[in-house]
Amino acid sequence: MAALDASEFDHTAGQADPQAFVRHAEGLAHLDLMVRGATCAGCIARIEGGLREDPRVEQARLNLSTGRLALAWRGEDDAAREFIRKLGTIGYPATPYEPEADADPQKEEERKLLRAMAVAGFAMANVMLLSVSVWAGGLEMTESMQALMHRLSALIVLPAAAYAGQPFFRSAWRALRSRHVNMDVPISLAVFLACGLSVYETFLGHGETYYDAAVMLLFFLLIGRFLDMRLRARASQAARGLAAMQAATANLLLPDGRLKAVPAREVKAGDQLVLAAGDRVPVDARVVEGRSSLDGSLVSGETEPVAAAPDTQLFSGMLNLDGKLVVEATADRDNSLLAEITRMVEAGEQTRSRYVRLADRAAKLYVPVVHSLAALTLIGWFIVLGEPRHAIINAIAVLIITCPCALGLAVPAVQVVASGRLFRDGVLVKSGDAMERLAGIDTVVFDKTGTLTEGRPRLINADQISREDLELAAHLARTSRHPLSRAVADAAGMGGTGRDVTETPGGGLEGDVDGRRVRFGAARWLGIDASASPFSEAWMVAEGGEPVRFRFKDQVRSEAFATVAGFRERGCEIVLLSGDREDPVAAIASELGIPAWQAGLKPQDKIARLEALKSEGHHVAMIGDGINDAPALAAADVSISLASAAEISQAAADFVLQGDHLDASVRALDISRGAKRRVLENFALAAGYNMLAIPLAVFGFVTPLIAAIAMSASSVLVTLNALRLAR
Amino acid sequence: MSLLIWMIPIALGMGLLGLGAFLWSLKSGQFEDLDGAAQRILMDDDKPISGD
Repeated sequence: MAALDASEFDHTAGQADPQAFVRHAEGLAHLDLMVRGATCAGCIARIEGGLREDPRVEQARLNLSTGRLALAWRGEDDAAREFIRKLGTIGYPATPYEPEADADPQKEEERKLLRAMAVAGFAMANVMLLSVSVWAGGLEMTESMQALMHRLSALIVLPAAAYAGQPFFRSAWRALRSRHVNMDVPISLAVFLACGLSVYETFLGHGETYYDAAVMLLFFLLIGRFLDMRLRARASQAARGLAAMQAATANLLLPDGRLKAVPAREVKAGDQLVLAAGDRVPVDARVVEGRSSLDGSLVSGETEPVAAAPDTQLFSGMLNLDGKLVVEATADRDNSLLAEITRMVEAGEQTRSRYVRLADRAAKLYVPVVHSLAALTLIGWFIVLGEPRHAIINAIAVLIITCPCALGLAVPAVQVVASGRLFRDGVLVKSGDAMERLAGIDTVVFDKTGTLTEGRPRLINADQISREDLELAAHLARTSRHPLSRAVADAAGMGGTGRDVTETPGGGLEGDVDGRRVRFGAARWLGIDASASPFSEAWMVAEGGEPVRFRFKDQVRSEAFATVAGFRERGCEIVLLSGDREDPVAAIASELGIPAWQAGLKPQDKIARLEALKSEGHHVAMIGDGINDAPALAAADVSISLASAAEISQAAADFVLQGDHLDASVRALDISRGAKRRVLENFALAAGYNMLAIPLAVFGFVTPLIAAIAMSASSVLVTLNALRLAR
Repeated sequence: MSLLIWMIPIALGMGLLGLGAFLWSLKSGQFEDLDGAAQRILMDDDKPISGD
């Protein structure tokens, strides 16, 4: 009797066939894997060393930052399965994924920003070298020496600004052409004017120059831009990783009877597919052959398995539990139930994109105020002095000193720090403004199955069953993937399995345990006349023994109570919306003390409820996991999903809770509210700085030295304030 | 004074060298896996790597 490691099933259960992802180049087979659990040098050594022990492996290189493993070997494609199994046995579950194309536009954009930042940084440091000597030299420096310094500065700054300023110039030009004004317009204007004025002063006016201010502006602003970009790149990379974890494949039954693994999107209507126990239904399909039961909890929210016989209609996303099925695809992937849901998700996301980010709201206020101030300065000085040169210099000084360095850093610096902290707490953030939206919620809508509950049955009467009986049943149950069998196996822990165990789909298990004939399954199949019970149940009959009843229930997650209470404490109203039948929903609602609940809701109904809440003026967060929740997740103001959730729900959600710790959602709310406070503080700091600097500039007291000090001081202040959040 | 004629180009040259080195390291992919690079230095290459 072999001891069976229950986790061994998990590595391959419901997983994509790796062969579909193998690519060929230069006589080698290549595969990219997403490896979980690697954190240290020892992990790298174990993973790479373990794989290289195999003589076929030519290359194994793990990227620890992204968790991606590039594998290349000589020989057959089907070795891929072996490698994944090997990784699983040494403790690093791996999943194949399709690498994105090399020319990833986002990555290219990020590199461009980084290069621009490097150039601006170089120019800033070297111009400072010259500027500081001019400021410090002051009166002692001869005029010709000053002219030399200014000319050298021009030589460094003009090309550097032309290169590093491009991201701002382009965006400003695009905005102006479509008759809009964005933050990049005053930035570009300030850089242009600072450079233009300095060139004029260098060659004609022989006054003070603003070369250092121009590049310093660009450098600080590029830091803000880069942080913002990094945050988005990390979020989308995480999202791609999640999608890869659940890459879907299908087993195509060829006319000659052979099986071929193909990516699910290549399946066409009419194709014959084989679904083994543990496989997910890749596309909507009709059963042709075989009997089984399927878990549809991710699709409909219902916990009871669905019985399947020939001609039963199956929906993509259901999990095949016990029997092998041959099915005929009734739609390709783009026309499956999933695609219908996807369309609803997209509609929801469109309404959400109307949210105006805090930074944009600040920019809207900022631009007209600053431009009119500069214009007033120009006119005022022209009237007072009667000559244009000083009026122009002062107006430009206003534009330079009010340039939103600190404002550009205020939001991204906080968001990078906050998302880093959420990441450490096991919460993945998909976008920066998601935190702003979460900070403003007053209502939390929960899904039931898989969110508040564990989404799978648990044995609840273990204390009424003797240890021997439980062990007998577990010997059979360990061989099966049916949720009730898994519940028994979980309750009994690790142990042996029975011999000659056979599984009757929709019935139960039968086998030999220590020479005794044992049967475990539905009452009807065993010929027991049992009264209906509100719990799901199964019976075990051992040779020469009394029938034993096992009762199961979908348990509320242990942290659900704390989570609901946590949201209440923070002033949020709790609502429960479920697609399940009324009885179980009512039971959970009363257990958790949620008065506002509704059952039997279709995805459209959930959206309607959310819209109703929103039109009453509530700001709604949705927490859910099923495919049927995805449209609601997209329709809510902000949404949270779990790592065990359906792929599409994770894609639609703004936050994904790793490790399925529901209480992390309360942490996410706290950190988001903290982040919003910091952002507002930063805005106040930036505004305070402007209140000091603008009068100085308007009345003509600003010198290049003051501009440089003021700009760097305010940027550093804002960054330090953001870093306070990290503690 | 004549010293400056030499010092300024040297200062600029060193700055440019640093910029060039950064751009080169960016291009050659040295920033692709910062965590991995930090850990790999701890790995002992002299001994055969054991299975666990």
